[in-house]
Amino acid sequence: MNTRGYFSKAMLALGFAFLYVPILLMVLFSFNASRAVTDWSPDSPSLRWYKQLLQDDQILSAAWVSIQVAAMSATGAVILGTLAGLVLARFGPFKGRALLRGLTTAPLVMPEVITGLSMLLLFVSLEQLFRVMFGWQFDRGMWTIVIAHVTFTMAYVTVVVQSRLSTFDDSLEEAALDLGARPAKVFFRITVPLILPAILSGWLLAFTLSWDDLVVTQFVSAPGSNTLPMVIFSRVRLGVNPVVNALATIMVLVVALGVILSAVLMRRQEQRRKREEQMAASG
Amino acid sequence: MKPVGARTVGTREQLGRLGPLWMFFFRYGPPRWSEYVLQNWSGQRLVIAIPYLWLLIFFLIPFLIVLKISFAEFLPLGRPPYAPVFQWVEEGAVQIKLWVTSFAFLMSEPLYVSSYVYSLKIALVSTIFCLLLGYPMAYAIARSSPTMRNLFLMLVILPFWTSFLLRVYAWIGLLKNDGVINNVLQFLGIIEEPLVMMNTSFAVYIGIVYSYLPFMILPLYSNLEKHDLTLLEAAQDLGAGPIKSFLRVTLPLSFPGIMAGSLLVFIPVVGEYVIPSLLGSKDETMIATLLWTEFYNNRNWPNASAVAIAMLLVLVVPIMIFQHFQNKELEAGRR
Amino acid sequence: MQAADRRVEKKTKHEPWRDPHADAYVRIENVTKRFGDFVAVNNVSLKIYKGEIFCLLGGSGCGKSTLLRMLAGFEAPTSGSIFIDGQDMAAVPPYERPVNMMFQSYALFPHMTVEKNIAFGLEQEKGLSRNDIATRVTDILEIVKLGQFAARRPHQLSGGQRQRVALARALVKRPKLLLLDEPLGALDKKLREATQFELINIQDQLGVTFMVVTHDQEEAMTLASRIGVMNRGEIVQIGTPTEIYEFPMTKFVADFIGSVNMFEGQLIEDLPDRARIKSDELGGVIYIDHGISSAPGAMVWAAVRPEKINILRQPPADTSENCVKGVVKEIAYMGDVSIYLVKIETGKTIRVTLPNVERLSDDERILWDETVWLTWHGSSPVVVTQ
Repeated sequence: MNTRGYFSKAMLALGFAFLYVPILLMVLFSFNASRAVTDWSPDSPSLRWYKQLLQDDQILSAAWVSIQVAAMSATGAVILGTLAGLVLARFGPFKGRALLRGLTTAPLVMPEVITGLSMLLLFVSLEQLFRVMFGWQFDRGMWTIVIAHVTFTMAYVTVVVQSRLSTFDDSLEEAALDLGARPAKVFFRITVPLILPAILSGWLLAFTLSWDDLVVTQFVSAPGSNTLPMVIFSRVRLGVNPVVNALATIMVLVVALGVILSAVLMRRQEQRRKREEQMAASG
Repeated sequence: MKPVGARTVGTREQLGRLGPLWMFFFRYGPPRWSEYVLQNWSGQRLVIAIPYLWLLIFFLIPFLIVLKISFAEFLPLGRPPYAPVFQWVEEGAVQIKLWVTSFAFLMSEPLYVSSYVYSLKIALVSTIFCLLLGYPMAYAIARSSPTMRNLFLMLVILPFWTSFLLRVYAWIGLLKNDGVINNVLQFLGIIEEPLVMMNTSFAVYIGIVYSYLPFMILPLYSNLEKHDLTLLEAAQDLGAGPIKSFLRVTLPLSFPGIMAGSLLVFIPVVGEYVIPSLLGSKDETMIATLLWTEFYNNRNWPNASAVAIAMLLVLVVPIMIFQHFQNKELEAGRR
Repeated sequence: MQAADRRVEKKTKHEPWRDPHADAYVRIENVTKRFGDFVAVNNVSLKIYKGEIFCLLGGSGCGKSTLLRMLAGFEAPTSGSIFIDGQDMAAVPPYERPVNMMFQSYALFPHMTVEKNIAFGLEQEKGLSRNDIATRVTDILEIVKLGQFAARRPHQLSGGQRQRVALARALVKRPKLLLLDEPLGALDKKLREATQFELINIQDQLGVTFMVVTHDQEEAMTLASRIGVMNRGEIVQIGTPTEIYEFPMTKFVADFIGSVNMFEGQLIEDLPDRARIKSDELGGVIYIDHGISSAPGAMVWAAVRPEKINILRQPPADTSENCVKGVVKEIAYMGDVSIYLVKIETGKTIRVTLPNVERLSDDERILWDETVWLTWHGSSPVVVTQ
């Protein structure tokens, strides 16, 4: 190889070091018995911070809220995002398509403060409207967070679903119509099974984004309803917090295990498929 | 390839009561199986309407509300703290009161102007650093063997799945005065006094490049991976050296990837709040922090809205360019 | 070869299009399809009779696929109407049409086994029990000889097997009309020839009416009972393969089907039993042993197929008509035949093919730069006026 090859490989190594050293250090210090980062306590490694984490009701209840919010948002985002992806990939040029396309790509880059502020102002306006028109008072809470999260995460699902659909020829759907299946049946028997991997990864992506979101949540939540990122943020603003290190370690481990497991499974499936295709071609 | 143009979608009778509205939206018929579905299956209307209405109500209308409030009068003690813009004065007449005080304040206050400039500078510089680090990485990944490629890709995506907030937080432990970096440097005897890195622009750059690097690498990778390597061989065969063939062939071909990746970093970073508030200095504020302060500390909703609108005005052009490249990428597979 | 023989026999018996009182099974009447300003199909009328294999032949973009998609119901005609078995199809959606299609890409559902793929269409029909479905699937798998592959997924099959699954999936619905979009396009040459005869066999066995769209003239020639040649959205000629090949009605058809030598000339004699054309391009006179019934003096084209021309090393007795002198410029040995490109004195190059009947030694063979005489029989030229 030439120098360019070596240069890019060196940058790759450097980049991965940059990405992973902070995470690894955070994992390491979660086992440090001492509170300070400065010294490595002789009692280490210890599970002191993990024990403290398990007794931290504020974190645990916030985590439970976050899980609920993320699961609901991801489900909503998958339903809406799949429909939007289907419309964009399959329903051809209809008037108003450009606007829909714009509305599904803009949230990918929209700064969170803008999304958060605008969502909050919408909810405030709705509150006023309902009070004036129906005399009906409602409060912000988990449901406003879910609506906000669905809105900005569905854009990601749309992108994933749309790009998966564009790899399939729509003759598959036409064939199903031709064989006598009605459009709704075509969608559930043919389209959905084909894009199922995209739908699943869209759900996971939406779950992660919702689970992780701080800014939008801060805007639209009611005072007192705290998600995990809000609790973490208020703690780490004051500096390093070993309990947060322990929490981070657990989260990194869960994610890493999940990603590695799915990668292994996918690889196996891929290999089996390749083998079978070769066999079919030769036999 | 099939040319697409105006065509009839169905008669008014076939389309039912919503016919006229429908024909307004769908004057241009879709090309394939959808055309038939559009004509004969009313469920299609629902399929388009559901995500469309959701996005209109929860994404587009909120911006209009922000725009409206940015022109409202600030009432410090009001609940909500602004005066209505539109008001029914008598039957059939609407009074519109527009206040430009918020925008005037924005332009005259040096703090606001300087923090806009600072935000754009931070976004620009960190985009460049992301590109300088991300391009060689994406290149190396795209040119490695298929097995290694999947492993590398997984390594790029993995941090993306872990908490953004916690990854930023991880840097506090490294950058503090008594943090890991200073400890190591002092232990090695390179420095005497700890370097002040926390609460500086440097820390903000580090945090941003660190958090947004995957957003740069992934679009670049998916572009570079598609390149036909025989093009490079052809260029070298025609006498171009490796550097020249990179500059003349690979780099121009990867332009859409560069644009997509850069905008995917630049646009959100202009409005970044978490990273500067954890790692940044208290003196130099980014625009999102100002918005936050106006909204929560001063309860000045019109000012906060005006800040948001001003930010959007700066970002409208980059967002449109981003959409252009994004759609090109997404619809590349179709003809 | 057996299949081909049977077809020749069948063809002489079954030619409903010659009977003016026969009822057409599929009637396409003045169908036009526009996409914006582009006219994909222009005022096409067509009758297809029960039990025939009708081939639409044309280059890419000639509108043949659009016509097929209108029959399947995926596109609606801009104007005109389509009748199948006497029923107007205008308001009938694809899932209620008595028509099935075999897609060019086969469009097999990747997430279903062969059996499920085939059963899918039957499951959509009302009033079919599980047992009925199972029996019909087994039967059709027997016919396409895929019995042992029932449990496989599409990606575990070879190209030829996939093609047969696609065929079985469409046939199992017992359609009145089966549409085949480039049915053999994705197969390699050897497999294609074998499959062609298999297709004819199955069609014979089940008596389904086939409508095939293809750009491959060889495929059309072997499969079709009749061919419709399409160009720029219009049907330019309909006829049996022999009619299309031997008696093309336009320059386009003569040129499109096989290769041909075309001579422009003036009609100097036109009697019921003979005609003569004086051609400057040939530098001589072309004699035809039948009448043209065209205006005398009209400009016409005489088309002569390369295999209908003889090459002689000595001048023939009569060189006044259907004869021209030239020099061999190129020889291409193709195995079964050889192609000779002969340049005549007017500068035009004429293409001649000769079967390689015997193995010849080098001095027996016609060689480069040899002067030769080309002749043909009075029945060989076909005269077209447009």
